[in-house]
Amino acid sequence: MTEISTRTSRLEGIAASLPIANLDTDQIMPKQFLRGIDKKGLAEGVLWDLRFQGDGHPRAEFVLNQPKFAGTSVLIAGANFGCGSSREHAVWGLLQYGVKAVIASSFGEIFYSNAMNNQLLAVMLRDDEVQALFTEADLNSLPLPIVVDVEDLIVQSPKHRFSFALSDRHRRMFLDGLDLIGASLAHQAEIEAFAERHWSAHPWLRDVARRTTARLDRTHPA
Amino acid sequence: MKPRTLYGKLIDSHTVVMLDEQNVLLFCDLHLMNEYTSPQAFAGLNDEGRDVLMPGQNVAVVSHIIPTHPVQHRVIHDPASALQASNLKVNCLRHHIPLFDTNDALQGIEHIIAPEHGMIRPGMVVMCGDSHTTTYGALGALGFGIGTSEVEHVLATQTLVYRLAQDMRIRVDGQLPIGTTAKDLILMIISRISAQGARGFVVEFCGSAIDYVLARALDIDDGMRDRALSLWATLRSDEGAVFDVEHVFDASHVAPYVTWGTSPDQAVPITGTVPKAQGAQRANIEQALRYTGLSAGTPLEGLAVDHVFIGSCTNARIEDLRAVATIVKGRHVASTVRAMVVPGSGAVKVQAEAEGISKILIDAGFEWRQPGCSMCLAMNDDVLEPGQRCASTTNRNFEGRQGRGAITHLMSPAMAAAAAVTGHITDVRGLGVSND
Repeated sequence: MTEISTRTSRLEGIAASLPIANLDTDQIMPKQFLRGIDKKGLAEGVLWDLRFQGDGHPRAEFVLNQPKFAGTSVLIAGANFGCGSSREHAVWGLLQYGVKAVIASSFGEIFYSNAMNNQLLAVMLRDDEVQALFTEADLNSLPLPIVVDVEDLIVQSPKHRFSFALSDRHRRMFLDGLDLIGASLAHQAEIEAFAERHWSAHPWLRDVARRTTARLDRTHPA
Repeated sequence: MKPRTLYGKLIDSHTVVMLDEQNVLLFCDLHLMNEYTSPQAFAGLNDEGRDVLMPGQNVAVVSHIIPTHPVQHRVIHDPASALQASNLKVNCLRHHIPLFDTNDALQGIEHIIAPEHGMIRPGMVVMCGDSHTTTYGALGALGFGIGTSEVEHVLATQTLVYRLAQDMRIRVDGQLPIGTTAKDLILMIISRISAQGARGFVVEFCGSAIDYVLARALDIDDGMRDRALSLWATLRSDEGAVFDVEHVFDASHVAPYVTWGTSPDQAVPITGTVPKAQGAQRANIEQALRYTGLSAGTPLEGLAVDHVFIGSCTNARIEDLRAVATIVKGRHVASTVRAMVVPGSGAVKVQAEAEGISKILIDAGFEWRQPGCSMCLAMNDDVLEPGQRCASTTNRNFEGRQGRGAITHLMSPAMAAAAAVTGHITDVRGLGVSND
């Protein structure tokens, strides 16, 4: 988290359309890619079932497999993108694949936080604006050049210019790579004082997990 | 004082610092971890040389990758998965965090174990790197899923930078008819408000059809128990509290619900048919029907299934298994069906065996497995083949969720049991059931 990256405030790249609603994190990063203890090698798993047939051969018709979409760095997606499982592997994988921003009318809530915590820009536009971009991309007949300006909060395509909202906190996290843990640890004394007050009012909450240890130990006579 | 919702009260009682208008530093009473969303969090913590701030408020469980074959001593054969389990143990030992390990007699699904051991209490804030953590609303606690970066944040600070949600109230009047359950009710509600209908909200459920689960007062000293119980009784929204959105439903007309598509909101009553692809949802419905191999107008009842899965944090508690036993007693799993029951925890398994439930299930031809998440997400070796159709008590019917190309129909345990014995999706109300 302390790794501060130097990001520009302007993303420029080509966009591919994924006009699928509720594209869940199981599809973005399937189960067989979740067995690591690090974040490596996840580019391979991105949208696996959409990119590859059952026998492992690429689906030639899928947008990201078309040569003209090589280097795609923006996805324009259907509503509720990234819903379902909390797996942050979906975000790590998209970034490793080269995706820097996803544009959709809404996002799964945990996905949205995961994206912001990793500087994957989740851009929320109105549904009709996303539809306009789908139309402009014309069933992915050509890669759509897109610029996302995080200073001015603007999405620009050849035909459209839309503004979007981003909380100040998320904007700073994207631009500056905020060390959230470090920032929160600055409140450590307050957290510890809070906990003492909280536990004195609710003594049964102190060590609520540790209390199970005695029972666990009994299941391990050895 | 302005009347507050229960959610508002829980936020107020857990706010360490207001960070800005939208975000608070929220204290976490209990942080649950599993083997697959925590490794990178521990690695980040260890790399930074940081400690777990309050280890006694954290617990870990091996649940997702664990094999569920009915053997005494479980061995994880997949090397990567085995490393996840051993890595979790190392991390828990290093940071003094209790672990429900692979071969603990009490091991199980994280969301079944936590309430079972009294770790979930009304008024708590509970976080876990798992999206099903909202389950704890049923015990009057605020629970929600978090990502791995946030797991690391909770480990280091016992708090989360938390974006405040809006308040929604769902009131359900009446009583559920015989043969229907909370599962049918929630599938009905999701089908009405849509899978993203509560996105950005915390939902309070109330009304005559809703009962909250009594928390276990385990490990609370006798002297404190009365104090705890009287405090828990005050945990309700104030009269006049304002909700941003309210929905009202009537439970008395709920039928057993079954999903036909690839999102939990694509559900109809068992008496219903697969809908036409039309309107705003046209493209979604078309895509779902392509995947599930169904066509508009097909009745759900009578649809042949290859597999029945009874389990998951949604429906693998003792009450669920009792409901299944009631249906299958004296019947047998259809010859065309493979049916498995994966109990939610070691404790559930032992209790089901003591009550004679496991014998009823085994005699009926069910596989009686060891506890784990199993085929809810098919991260272990319980995976369906392409094209297999499964009646499942889980809560996700996404494309590929139970195996590439496999088709999931979500339903209640009783409905899944009915499908197992008839070989096709069946209205359990025709099999003679009660609401015991």
